Amino acid sequence: MRQPGFTEALLDPARAVPAGLTDPQGRPAGKRFDVYRNNVAASLTAALETAFPVLRALLGAEFFRRMAGIYLRQHPPTLPLLMFYGAEMPAFLAHFPPVQDLGYLPDVARLELALRHSYHAADAAPVDPAALEAIAPERLMRARLRLAPALRLVRSDWPVVTLWQMHQPGGGAPPEMRAEDALLTRPGFDPAISPLPPGGAAFLLALQRGETFGAALGHAEAESHNFDLGAVLGLLLKGEAIIAIDHEDNR
Amino acid sequence: MSHAMKTLAVAGAVAAALSAHGAQAQDSAAQEKCYGVAMAGQNDCAAGPGTTCAGTAKVDYQGNSFKLVEKGTCTTIELPGGRMGSLEPLDRDLPAS
Repeated sequence: MRQPGFTEALLDPARAVPAGLTDPQGRPAGKRFDVYRNNVAASLTAALETAFPVLRALLGAEFFRRMAGIYLRQHPPTLPLLMFYGAEMPAFLAHFPPVQDLGYLPDVARLELALRHSYHAADAAPVDPAALEAIAPERLMRARLRLAPALRLVRSDWPVVTLWQMHQPGGGAPPEMRAEDALLTRPGFDPAISPLPPGGAAFLLALQRGETFGAALGHAEAESHNFDLGAVLGLLLKGEAIIAIDHEDNR
Repeated sequence: MSHAMKTLAVAGAVAAALSAHGAQAQDSAAQEKCYGVAMAGQNDCAAGPGTTCAGTAKVDYQGNSFKLVEKGTCTTIELPGGRMGSLEPLDRDLPAS
């Protein structure tokens, strides 16, 4: 049997059972195929429920389950790694008519995806915080900070961090509608999410591109006149996110 | 901002971040994995679907599911029925398989 016909029938319960499927007695195995395709849909739905707990809380369990049924048929897994299933969820939500008026949903999905990528990123030992203080400021400005592989940024026009926190055990207050950039770090075992002060994302994106500390600071200050460098460095230290300080003389 | 003022501001920011970090390290210690204390479905883990980790505790206080707690507090956690938290996985409260 050709595999394409099998795959299409697997994801579309309206399609006929592919011809040629038989049970051990040689009879058509229609019921067996129905059980199989039901399990495919149910297990991918369960995977999406595990993957996007905050989206599910925002949309309600019943709505999410039905939406997952549509998503999994448009975007069946392309990787054998189930833990990264759902990569197209932000784009799907942006174009799914019933949630068009909920503009923050794609960013919540991006945050939940980033959490999983942060969790599965490589380990890296952080620098001793004292190393930062030992460098003369002029030298630090020309240095390049290397950031932990687990560090992730999610920029949003919506209060994405507060929305996420609201749906964690212990809760949190409903957010004011304002833009928030999320910083994900992974001190210890699990990723942690913090809101970044204005300019913080520009600073970190520049560092990720390999720009010097001074150049990154320039980008941050262009975005926010009162960029709080101390706060951002504090988040990086707390998140064990600085893994090396490269000086120009070593390059 | 002049170059001299800018480097001064950077030095100040570094010092502020370090002193905040030092204070934090003192009053909130690191976390440890604590087995047998998580409520069903609420064990800590962001590993996602297809893993044996996230929110997979099927029963309350499942012995082989952990939750992150403040370091040094795990084994002092008292739970209903005389249960205690443990730094190692436990044989109690496993879901029927």
